[in-house]
Amino acid sequence: MAGTEIAFEEVSHTYRPPRGKPVLALDRVSLKVREREFMALLGPSGCGKSTLLYLLGGFLPVEQGRISVGGRPVTGPGSDRGIVFQNFALFPWKTVRQNILYGLEKQRMPRDARLRRAQEFIDLVHLSGFEDSYPSQLSGGMKQRVAIARTLAIDPATLLMDEPFGALDAQTRGLMHEELLGIIERAPKTVVFVTHDVREAVYLADRVAVMSARPGRIKEIVETGHTGRPPPEIVKSREFIDKLDYLWDSVRQEALVAQTEKRLQR
Amino acid sequence: MKALLRYLPLVLLAVMWEAAPRLNLVDARSLPPLSAVAAAWWRLLIDRDLASNGLSSLGNLTAGLLLGVVIGAALGVLMAWYRPLDDLVHPLVKALYPMPKSALIPVMILWFGLGAGSKIASIFLGCLLPAVLSAYNGARGVDRVLVWSALAAGASHRAVLWEVVVPAAMPDILAGVRTALALSFILLVASEFLIGQTGMGYLISFLGEGGAYDAMFAGVLTVAFVGFLADRIFLAVMRRALIWRE
Repeated sequence: MAGTEIAFEEVSHTYRPPRGKPVLALDRVSLKVREREFMALLGPSGCGKSTLLYLLGGFLPVEQGRISVGGRPVTGPGSDRGIVFQNFALFPWKTVRQNILYGLEKQRMPRDARLRRAQEFIDLVHLSGFEDSYPSQLSGGMKQRVAIARTLAIDPATLLMDEPFGALDAQTRGLMHEELLGIIERAPKTVVFVTHDVREAVYLADRVAVMSARPGRIKEIVETGHTGRPPPEIVKSREFIDKLDYLWDSVRQEALVAQTEKRLQR
Repeated sequence: MKALLRYLPLVLLAVMWEAAPRLNLVDARSLPPLSAVAAAWWRLLIDRDLASNGLSSLGNLTAGLLLGVVIGAALGVLMAWYRPLDDLVHPLVKALYPMPKSALIPVMILWFGLGAGSKIASIFLGCLLPAVLSAYNGARGVDRVLVWSALAAGASHRAVLWEVVVPAAMPDILAGVRTALALSFILLVASEFLIGQTGMGYLISFLGEGGAYDAMFAGVLTVAFVGFLADRIFLAVMRRALIWRE
């Protein structure tokens, strides 16, 4: 397998709204994500963290700077980088099974293998019995499990997640964290996980990159002190709580900056 | 009981229609009693006037409607997908949209003669723009993350158009087809008033000019009923096709 270490080098991005002035969303961002690392991108809303992820996914053109995965520059979307969006992005006209089959068809997997693999991932995310349901018939948590299954079924070496659990209630989110970590434990991947939830970032990630208010820069990178699936009681440990406090402060400063700037613009 | 209540206004209208000319509230020549219209309808049916003219109309309607919505929907989706095509075609669509298409029937006669061709062309033109605009709006409104999801799964750009944009725009496309369906009946009858020796529009105007008003009303009611039925059938098909929307 080709390497999956990710490198952002001096990446800037300007957002040009149809009406109004161009906005510098990312300002010379440099960041390296190691192979099979779980990296969280943490920052206040509007800091450009999702934009950074979309650039890595190849959905937006890299206009300034360079992004590479395994040494190869990113030039467009590819099935080596699977993505999960906040609002699920399921095809509403396809059933659960058809949604998961779609990517496998695109990978030209033979029909029998395709059906087996789809069922395997439906079982993995505990959706047996809902194979023929449409997304509109599912709860938010179930939809996100379909989205994760759809992406993981193609077995991408890199997993991009854009606030995937932001739309879920706290209880469901906690369950989804365990499921995600369990899945990655079984099939290791390089993960870039965008969130504004400090606790989520510290719990899930190996390292947390804090982004500044707009224009987004990498403010600092913090080791969480654990890798892989942490024991549940870690959330009560001194170290975990210290990391949480530290990152809370770091992000809050940026959120305040963002607020002040918004007020000044008015 | 509920269904009965729903049709009560229609029943009342029918009763009034029957009563008004019989009680000399209106001139029986301007509005023949409904029973006379029904009798005339029966005569049209056994004389095969309804069958021959109805089938001719239905053929032209189907041809014009299908051409209009298929070409229109394809054009609308492509305009939303390819910017240069949008720049080229959109101003034309905007300029032509408010124009009453029935005004073009004489032009169609000039170009295609006094046969089925100009009827089909008129219906086609009437159905085209509603299909273009609704497909365009639907395709433009497709959530970009759906497109991205497909691309990230390994789909080509062309595949995304067929496999994501078209199905995602389908609710709007079908709503446009429904509008086109209603317009197609208007253009059908209007063009048959002016063109040729067959069709329901021709039958209605022929009977009217000949003073057979009860039969004329029978023709009008037939067209109205078939139009209503077509809309109901289409609505049922549409609900079935969009079952995923809940």
